[in-house]
Amino acid sequence: MSSTQKEAGKDIVNDFCITFATVNGSGSQTANITILRALFKMGIPISGKNKFPSNIQGLPTWYSIRVSKDGYLGRLEEDDILICMNPASFEKDLAFINPGGVLFYPDDFKHPINRDDIITYPMPVKALAKEADVSPALRDYIANMVYVGMLAKMLGIDMTAILEALDFQFKGKQKAIDSNYIVAKSAYEWAAANLEKKDRYVVKRMKPLDGYIMTDGNTAGALGSIFGGVQFVAWYPITPASTLPEALIEYLPQFRKDPETGKNTYAVVQAEDELASIGMVIGAGFGGLRAMTATSGPGLSLMTEYAGLAYYAEVPSVIWDVQRVGPSTGLPTRTAQSDMMMAYTLGHGDTQHILLIPGSVTECFEFGWKSFDLAERLQTLVFVMTDLDFGMNQWMTKNFEYPDQPLDRGKILWEADLERLDGVWGRYVDVDGDAIPYRTLPGNLDPRSAYMARGTGHDNHAQYSEDPEVWEANMDRLIRKYNIARSLVPGPIIEQEGSVKWALITYGSSDPAVQEARAKLKADGKKFNYLRLRAVPFCDDVKNFIASHDTVYVVENNRDGQMNQILQMAYPQFAGKLVSIAHNDGLPLSAKWIMRTIMAQEAK
Amino acid sequence: MEQNIPIEYVKGDFRGLPSTLCQGCGHNSISSQIISACFELGIQPEKVIKFSGIGCSSKSPTYFLSRSFGFNGLHGRMPSLALGTLFADTSLKGIGISGDGDTASIGMGQFKHLVRRNMPMVYIVENNGVYGLTKGQFSATAEKGLMLKKQGSNPYLPVDIAMEALVSNATFVARSFAGDPKQVKELIKAALSHNGIAVIDIISPCVTFNNQEGSLHSYNWGKDREAPLHEISFIPPRDEIMVEDFEEGSVREVTMHDGSLVILKKLENDYDPTDRWQALRILEDAQRNNWMTTGLLYIKPDIPSLVDMYDLPEQPLNRMKPNQLRPEERVLNEVNAMMF
Repeated sequence: MSSTQKEAGKDIVNDFCITFATVNGSGSQTANITILRALFKMGIPISGKNKFPSNIQGLPTWYSIRVSKDGYLGRLEEDDILICMNPASFEKDLAFINPGGVLFYPDDFKHPINRDDIITYPMPVKALAKEADVSPALRDYIANMVYVGMLAKMLGIDMTAILEALDFQFKGKQKAIDSNYIVAKSAYEWAAANLEKKDRYVVKRMKPLDGYIMTDGNTAGALGSIFGGVQFVAWYPITPASTLPEALIEYLPQFRKDPETGKNTYAVVQAEDELASIGMVIGAGFGGLRAMTATSGPGLSLMTEYAGLAYYAEVPSVIWDVQRVGPSTGLPTRTAQSDMMMAYTLGHGDTQHILLIPGSVTECFEFGWKSFDLAERLQTLVFVMTDLDFGMNQWMTKNFEYPDQPLDRGKILWEADLERLDGVWGRYVDVDGDAIPYRTLPGNLDPRSAYMARGTGHDNHAQYSEDPEVWEANMDRLIRKYNIARSLVPGPIIEQEGSVKWALITYGSSDPAVQEARAKLKADGKKFNYLRLRAVPFCDDVKNFIASHDTVYVVENNRDGQMNQILQMAYPQFAGKLVSIAHNDGLPLSAKWIMRTIMAQEAK
Repeated sequence: MEQNIPIEYVKGDFRGLPSTLCQGCGHNSISSQIISACFELGIQPEKVIKFSGIGCSSKSPTYFLSRSFGFNGLHGRMPSLALGTLFADTSLKGIGISGDGDTASIGMGQFKHLVRRNMPMVYIVENNGVYGLTKGQFSATAEKGLMLKKQGSNPYLPVDIAMEALVSNATFVARSFAGDPKQVKELIKAALSHNGIAVIDIISPCVTFNNQEGSLHSYNWGKDREAPLHEISFIPPRDEIMVEDFEEGSVREVTMHDGSLVILKKLENDYDPTDRWQALRILEDAQRNNWMTTGLLYIKPDIPSLVDMYDLPEQPLNRMKPNQLRPEERVLNEVNAMMF
């Protein structure tokens, strides 16, 4: 939203925010995503964010599409165009429209419009929906197509792109495509005949977004896991994580039948709760399966005790935490990055876990497969820390890339290996000096293969032990192993502006807003170097980056600056350089807030 | 992976480490019967896997079958652990050892869900009505009015584990008494042949905290009051069956999923263990009268197990090769094309 584009009289092209204010459960999602997809098909960078209530039907819900020729995908705080379909939120929603902005509203709304600095377009929703050839039950859903057609006409969205989007949405089912398209088309024609364009917002086709797809982070995570060879999934429904296992249930049967027998090479179990889902996953991980679960904060809390056991007994498994706002039930349908500290040390006693933090939807795919390699190589849990914003929203993202490394199953001894070793082995013996022991798997028929895994104190041969030295030696090895992980986890992404003394660190879904803030601060003459964390623990690149700056702002979507604290614990010598820029109100961070807060800090 | 070459085992192949439980603990007697049952059936020890939660009972898997893998998990959460592990290689026979504290309190949910899923494994509850490791508190199976040192009188009604299993649609439910080793052993053999969840609730006296006169979980009570429903013998599929050994009408036979036979010799009254209604009634009677009714309470051999529902290949999942697990690159191209 640079100032040049907002000059009076000029068109504002491909750079604005459209918000749809609707009633939850009214079927508006199809209409909203149709517009999102149509814009994407026109080559225009977009992002869509759903702000929905914890409710099935009736409460207000909003969907915002950001159109950005510059490719900024972060959240905007104000609306340029509002499509208001919900009388209940009408008055409040009006206040969010930027001056010079646009309001579309059904012509039967009785509410007074108390703004004279915006342009208004009434829509004959009822009349046009009535003409549609659908059952009365479907009429409400179809009514949303009226605003699709109106918006297409007034902004210049191609109706061919709308048709492509509908074809995808309804998986080629002609009747559904037709009944929706006809309504959109008649609204388009009505607008052409009856409305005069008075606003300045337009979309124009750009060059095709080749190499990009549109999907959500939970689907990407599920597909990445499938290409990582996931074999066992246990889960319990929780927003915003459920669609990840649901995507696994959808795609596993398509892609993971054994080529020879046609049988399943995987199993998915819906557990009775998260206490059980993690137990099943740890069991499967111990059994030698690539095992995973997906949950959110409350579920992760319930997994605490087994997470500690897995850390100590050295059982590989993958846990996806699609974060939402806590503490407690909190805001179940809103986004946050506020489980970082909990996941990092999940479990009682001395525990430190590996966290992978995807910074884009395509990275959700990548970390989907990578997480299994790391978990099995290091014989420990790997947490993939994503959030509602990535998990449940539609994003344009780079094509998924095929894994560039073969599956790494880690150190496993089968019958032939034990034969070769003459049966000499111990479950927790550090043979290679890398703190990573060897393991055997149930089903190994060598009489020397078996051991008893346990969360209780154990010696190198997995025998119960309360010996102080044995206990401490084992815990020391575990932290050595954790330090080895630093060189195995994905390193940070660093972008340098040269010898600048100020820097920004962020991670996960805060990246788009931070990148935008950084670009705009640069345009205003204030340059920042940049580092995006992709994992905990940190490698030396992170340390060196912080060391080479005077001030490092750590930007994240939580109250307490959790990653800032983890960095300060890792590098107490740099604690004074690290400045927390943290905030959570349930919405993704905006570039505007980041810029404002950093400038206020700089002014101090 | 199954080896059909008969291997001659000695009993020592099935033993574990020396027990660290109290002398005379009922759990030790149950461990011995697990060893005997596996030895007599000639099960390859490497084809068995042991699971337990937390408590005295849950320590005991260390004391049998050292050549079998095991996992000593968390309090009340052995069922989920066992379920996940057994998917790795469904040819393994799972034996879960739990206690009344582990199963009937924190573990009630996981226990009942394991049962309703009909997970193929043996689930033994070593039931002594008391918390041993924490030194003598009431458990959820302690009878109302039980007097314990330091605790006084138990104010609550007990949970009946066999009844809980039955109402959760268990396909094999038995009750036994650690002081009746032969019955324990035959029930374990039958349970190992069951293709589904096999729950055995074994009254297993705690000699340290709950073996006093009048306690429903004491040796004396069991010795005086145990009322077996039948005399049970297990006949493996390979053995020749000589039904003529039994007097006509005096036995009931149950054919197990693997072709083995459970022979139930009639005692005072005829009892049909395939009738769930009758099983519930007999448990209700036992509860009202403080009877220790033992035997095979209920069996339904031909219900699909959880594993049967998953259409898995014979090759264990944990022996699959990378090319069976990662789809080819062209599949990813299709995936990208499937996205918008």
